[in-house]
Formats: sequence, structure tokens, C-alpha cells
Amino acid sequence: MTEPLSLSNVTRRYRDVTALAGVELGMRAGEVLAVVGPSGCGKSTLLELVAGLQEPDEGVVSVLGVNGAAERRASCAYMPQRDLLLPWRDALGNAALALECQGVGRAEARRRAAPLFERFGLAEFEHVRPAQLSGGMRQRVAFLRTLLPGRPVLLLDEPFGALDSITRTSMQEWLAETLAQEPRTVLLVTHDVEEAVYLADRVAVLSPRPGRVVAEVAVDLPRPRTATDPAFVELRRETQEALRA
Amino acid sequence: MRWVLATALLALFVLAWQGVASLESVDDLLVASPVETAEALYDDFDLLSDAALVTLSEVLLGLAVAVPLGVLLAVGMHLVRPLRDAAYPLLVGSQAIPIVVLAPIFVLAFDYGMGPKIAIVALICFLPITVNLLDGLRSVPPELLKLMRSLGASRLRSLRSVELPAALPYLFSGLKIAATVSVIGAVFGEWAGADEGLGRLVLLANNQLETPRVYAGTVLLTLMAVGLFLAVVAAERLAVPWNRKEELA
Repeated sequence: MTEPLSLSNVTRRYRDVTALAGVELGMRAGEVLAVVGPSGCGKSTLLELVAGLQEPDEGVVSVLGVNGAAERRASCAYMPQRDLLLPWRDALGNAALALECQGVGRAEARRRAAPLFERFGLAEFEHVRPAQLSGGMRQRVAFLRTLLPGRPVLLLDEPFGALDSITRTSMQEWLAETLAQEPRTVLLVTHDVEEAVYLADRVAVLSPRPGRVVAEVAVDLPRPRTATDPAFVELRRETQEALRA
Repeated sequence: MRWVLATALLALFVLAWQGVASLESVDDLLVASPVETAEALYDDFDLLSDAALVTLSEVLLGLAVAVPLGVLLAVGMHLVRPLRDAAYPLLVGSQAIPIVVLAPIFVLAFDYGMGPKIAIVALICFLPITVNLLDGLRSVPPELLKLMRSLGASRLRSLRSVELPAALPYLFSGLKIAATVSVIGAVFGEWAGADEGLGRLVLLANNQLETPRVYAGTVLLTLMAVGLFLAVVAAERLAVPWNRKEELA
């Protein structure tokens, strides 16, 4: 079986700055991999490379065994840091946009997006405009927009970075439940070690710029996880140490 | 409350105007009072309204040319980078030509009829439309365009679903400017040579020292510009129902 995602010896430079230097990563189907690293270590670059929004200067990025940027774009659902909801569309319309981009008509796209709102606790918010939604709700709508095209690989760029800590915790729980129902291969970029250990099957630690993978921590904990569980605390400590090294 | 204050200020202005015009030392031939202006509006109503209709049609036809032209140009310049680089300096240059000078040239080159007036109105109106819309189209955060690309959107889809709606408030800002300058354009056009219209009427009345009629014509021209402005504001309310203060994302 082909790996859903693999990066081999991937290097990316911007003028004088080397963002990533020789990154090696592989993923199993259905795995949730969290990439943590200090700010500016090229985490977002890594996601954009996988998403097919950039090309590496060296090395190979392949998604479902294919290397082309257009093919990568077609297999990955990319969720940027900010929710980027359109203020003139209601929540349902914002999620439906993902289908409209693939040529589905507006009414049909809305019809197909509606069941997801039911399933993931947004049933009463379909016709609410983003301005009336809380930060957490906006992020949920943005996440449904990411899920909707049914692409096998999800790429999440600090999805909860802009939220307050209470909302972030409840969003992490919500995401874990949602992924339990809609299993995908997930590459999650975050600077929050606790979030990484809470959500991921495996955590890859990037070095400061130029970023490369310096450690991998397997998180073999049953779900749902609790941050106070001693095993959880130990894994978090281990990851933090790898980050500091 | 806002309306009350604005009305109060306007009333104060009219009172002051009446006061100045009523002074012994002010010649009635040179300054008309609000009361005289109102009388002129009433007495010369047919004359003024016929002329106003002519000017209004020049303005509306000019806008009817300027709006689609301005929108098409902005979208074209947004989509085709070389076109933007090539056309932008010319566009700004077209506005640097003083319209007062341009008007007689147009009238000379064409004729005394409506054509040159429409052309002048269109020329001064399309720039604020194009420049504002272009700014609006470029206001979309690059991350959003990246997201659209990752969702598989074509260039045209991004334009239709994201850039054009995001640019609508900017377009309306341009239209508000266009609405007010359009009347100025029509008046300059008529001053350069015309046989009808409110601008010409005001000019003639001025030469004949019919001062109240000059004032009445000016009031009508002002009302015309304000009316057009309010029409744009109303259209904006309909077309941009989402919270205008809310930044995109």
C-alpha cells in the first residue's frame, strides 16, 4: 500500500533563508501526525509544500504516491491558520464553497453541506453569518469546509492558534470526536505541545530554522485522552525536551 | 440624532446666508438671499426643471458609460498584470488633464449636443470607479486566494466568489465619488458650449445679473449631486448587507 504522505530530503529556500533542510517524514493511512517546532522553523512552509501550494527546491514530496503539485492539491484539504470565512456568506454557504470550487452548483453544494452541520453540532448555525459566530464556531465552520470535499489527507495549520485557551481545549475535544467519526490522514502543525500530544498518534519535532526533523515521539495512549494522565504528562515532557535540545 | 444635528447646521447656514444678504451694504444684484432664491425656484420652475432634466440625462448617460467601462477596466487590469502596469499611469494621467480645459476641446471636436457632455461626465467618473474597484479586488488577503487554490478553484471562480464580493464596498466608495463629480462634469461640459441644460442656464443668468436664478440653479445642481449620492448609498445597503465594518477574515 502506498504511503498517503511522504517527504524525502525536502529542502525549501527563500532567497537567503533556508526554511527547511532535508526533511524526512512518512505517514500511515489514517494516522494523525503532529509537527511541532519553534516559531519560524518552517512549519507552515512544510504544510504548503504538502498542500501543493509550493514546490520544494530539493527532494520529493508525494501524496498517495504522486509527486505533482496539482495532484497534491487534489488529494489534500488544507486548513490555514485563520478561518478566512467570507463575511457575505452564511455558515452553510461558507462550508459549501469548498464544493462550489469543484464545480458543484450553489444550491446542490449547500444541500450536501447541511448533513455535516447536523452531525457535528452546528445544526442551528447554518444561516448565521460569520460576524455573529464566536471564534470557536468560526473555526468549526472552517473545519467543515475542509472536510467537505472528502479528500483523504487533511492539513491543519495551527487550527486553534488564534483561540483563547478554554475555547481551544473544547475545540481539541471536538476535533478528536470529529476525526473519530470521519477518519482521515491528518498532518497537524502546531506550536502547542499539549495539543500535539492530545490529538496525534505521533509527534515530529522540528529544529529551529532551517527546519528538519530532530525527534519523533509515538503517542500510544487510548482516546479520549486527559492531560492530567501521568503517561500523557510524561510524553509531553519528552516532547518538550526534544524541542529544547 | 445625526439628522437633527445636520439639519440644525444647515438651518444655521441658511440663516447666516439670509442675514448677510439682508445687510444694507450688500447689493441685491450681487447676492441673492435664500428667500429670493426660493422665489426664483418657484417662479422659474418650468425653465429650471426643463434644464435640470437635460443635465440629469447627461449625468445619468455619462454614468451609464462610466460604470460598466470602469468595472471592466478594473477587472481587466486586476486579471492581467501587464495591462495594469501599462494602463495605470495613463489612467492617472487622464485625470491630471484639467477638465475645464478639456471641455471646450471636446465640444470643439464634436458638437454642441449631448455627446461631448456625456463623454466628459464619463471621463471624470470612470477613474474613481476603476481605482477603487481595483483596490478592492486587491484587498483580498493572499491566504484566502491560497485557500481557494487549494480547494481547486479556477481563477474565474476565485474572482466571482471571493474577489468581486470583497471589492463591492470599494466599488460603492468609487460610485459615491463618481456620483458627486458627475454633476460637475456635466456643468463644465455645458459651460464650454451648449444650448440647453442647467449649467448653461446658470451661466446665462449670471451674465444677465439674474442672481436669484443663478442661486436657484446652483441649489438644484447641488440637490442633484446629493440625490445621486443618496441613491448610491441606498444601493449599497441592498448590495452589501453584511457588516461593512467587518474586515474580510
